[in-house]
Amino acid sequence: MTETLEKNAVTPGPPPGRKPVGKRRGRTRSPSALVWSLAKHLTLIAVSLVMLYPLLWMVAGSLRPNHEIFGNATLFVDTFHFENYPNGWNALSEPFGKYLLNSAVVVLGTVLGNLVSCSLAAYAFARLRFRYRRTAFAVMLITIMLPIHVLIIPQYVLYAQLGWINTYLPLIVPKLLATDAFFIFLMVQFIRGIPRELDEAARIDGAGHARIFFQIMLPLMVPALATTAIFTFIWTWNDFFSQLIFVTEPSLYTVPVALRSFIDAQMQSDYSALFAMSVVTLIPVFLVFLFGQRFLLRGIATTGGK
Amino acid sequence: MSMLGELRTIGRSRRGRNDEAHGKDDKAALAFLAPWIIGLLGITVGPMIASLYLSFTDYNLLQNPGFVGVENYARMLGDERLWASLQVTFTYVFVGVPLQLAAALLLALLLDRGLRGLALYRSALYLPSLLGGSVAIAVLWRLVFGAEGLVNSFLAVFGIQGPSWIASPETALSTIITLNVWTFGAPMVIFLAGLRQIPRHYYEAASIDGAGPLQRFRSVTLPLLSPIIFFNLVLGVIGSLQAFTQAFIVSNGTGGPSDSTLFFSLYLYQEGFMGFRMGYASALAWLLLIIVAAFTAINFWASKFWVFYND
Repeated sequence: MTETLEKNAVTPGPPPGRKPVGKRRGRTRSPSALVWSLAKHLTLIAVSLVMLYPLLWMVAGSLRPNHEIFGNATLFVDTFHFENYPNGWNALSEPFGKYLLNSAVVVLGTVLGNLVSCSLAAYAFARLRFRYRRTAFAVMLITIMLPIHVLIIPQYVLYAQLGWINTYLPLIVPKLLATDAFFIFLMVQFIRGIPRELDEAARIDGAGHARIFFQIMLPLMVPALATTAIFTFIWTWNDFFSQLIFVTEPSLYTVPVALRSFIDAQMQSDYSALFAMSVVTLIPVFLVFLFGQRFLLRGIATTGGK
Repeated sequence: MSMLGELRTIGRSRRGRNDEAHGKDDKAALAFLAPWIIGLLGITVGPMIASLYLSFTDYNLLQNPGFVGVENYARMLGDERLWASLQVTFTYVFVGVPLQLAAALLLALLLDRGLRGLALYRSALYLPSLLGGSVAIAVLWRLVFGAEGLVNSFLAVFGIQGPSWIASPETALSTIITLNVWTFGAPMVIFLAGLRQIPRHYYEAASIDGAGPLQRFRSVTLPLLSPIIFFNLVLGVIGSLQAFTQAFIVSNGTGGPSDSTLFFSLYLYQEGFMGFRMGYASALAWLLLIIVAAFTAINFWASKFWVFYND
């Protein structure tokens, strides 16, 4: 509910003209509206603090010696133990940078795969007239909701026969084949918002679908492509289930799998180092959030609307 | 329209105005859709059929699958860990999803239009939902709810000595539910977008008719937002039925203590990829598919009674 509405509801206010104009100007509010607004802000500040506190506590913990993490709810760090970071970095069989690099390779592959395959499919669904279009579209929407578990075992068998286990192919190739249908839908929604006159004019000029797609559609789709790239980045970076299953060779570990093996190796001893590496793995997501937030919000708004 | 709205429309008008009968772009469409079609057949439909077949076999990856009829499904009936995992998963869905959506809706209402500092609050509340699925946050949760973790250290300030929330079977699941609630930012942002689409003059008209804030919420906001609540509900339920990472990390892959965090997909992982009972795991996967489909169908059916489509 907006503040102005609240104000109107609580104090109808005198009809205009009865009082000197100056007094009605500015943000004069009734006391109850002021209290309501104050309460709202205090609630939001309190909730935001509770939400972010665990994260800040983790950052503080990554700079504390081990014994100070426990029994300590504060964020205050006595002496900064930056050595937790190199300790954690070198705690596993490979330096942690290796796992970050591995994840970066996978992320790059999945982002490219989704961008190419989903934009092609989205153009067809949004602009082309073909037989069984509605059926195909419905099938595509249903696959968004399909649990990955139903596919994972036969996929594992298939990839094992192809010799793909302990490569990144099982993580990347499906994206090249547009299996992340959510992004097809996101792009279809976006393309529908682009005026048809643009591609129809190009058609009249004799351009084929390939040219319309590459020269007209793709440049206009940049915001949707950015949203796709950002979501794919975050989801792949965090994805644990499929990476746990398809990548078992320690030198190929991606970030989530490496961090999980860290728990096995370090859980009983060095929590500070574990926290330090957890912070390191969250930094890329945080940066993407910081710089790409508007694309994320827009993407959510276009797919979640009614 | 959301994807649920699209499905609804396609489902309702089976033979609508058909521009597809001509199929004038058939060839181009085939080219543009080629990757998707190959993926659909090779990586989705093919494996689905294969897993249905495997669910009627005994298969350990090394020997060829041997047909055993409905044995895997019969075994489910007496499988106590399966029932435990269903109980854990359903509790998670029935408690976690409503709590998360309630938090999301409440905060979205507080954040709606014209609030100073909106962007900042929204960022602070949205960020956890991007991080929440990661192993790092699950690691953090183990320590936040550990015996001497953040929560107990905080309680100690008031002289309360809390249990190890992670290690006791009564509370372990609620820590994971808490983690789920913590990620309410994503549905909140969807609610915010929905609230923005409600024309302001609806509220003004209601105010003039003498409706107070609560009544405006009940008779304007809720009905107009109901398709979006429905969307968040359907996707929340589907996602929660498949929850894996948090339970895996918090329990170190065991689903413990005493199977209290044995989520369905964790049990499926244990059976398939630790026990190499791929036949049984495939049967479990199909059970999950049936459960997901049933929940979604019930949601769609029930939506007739409470979701208001303004069309």
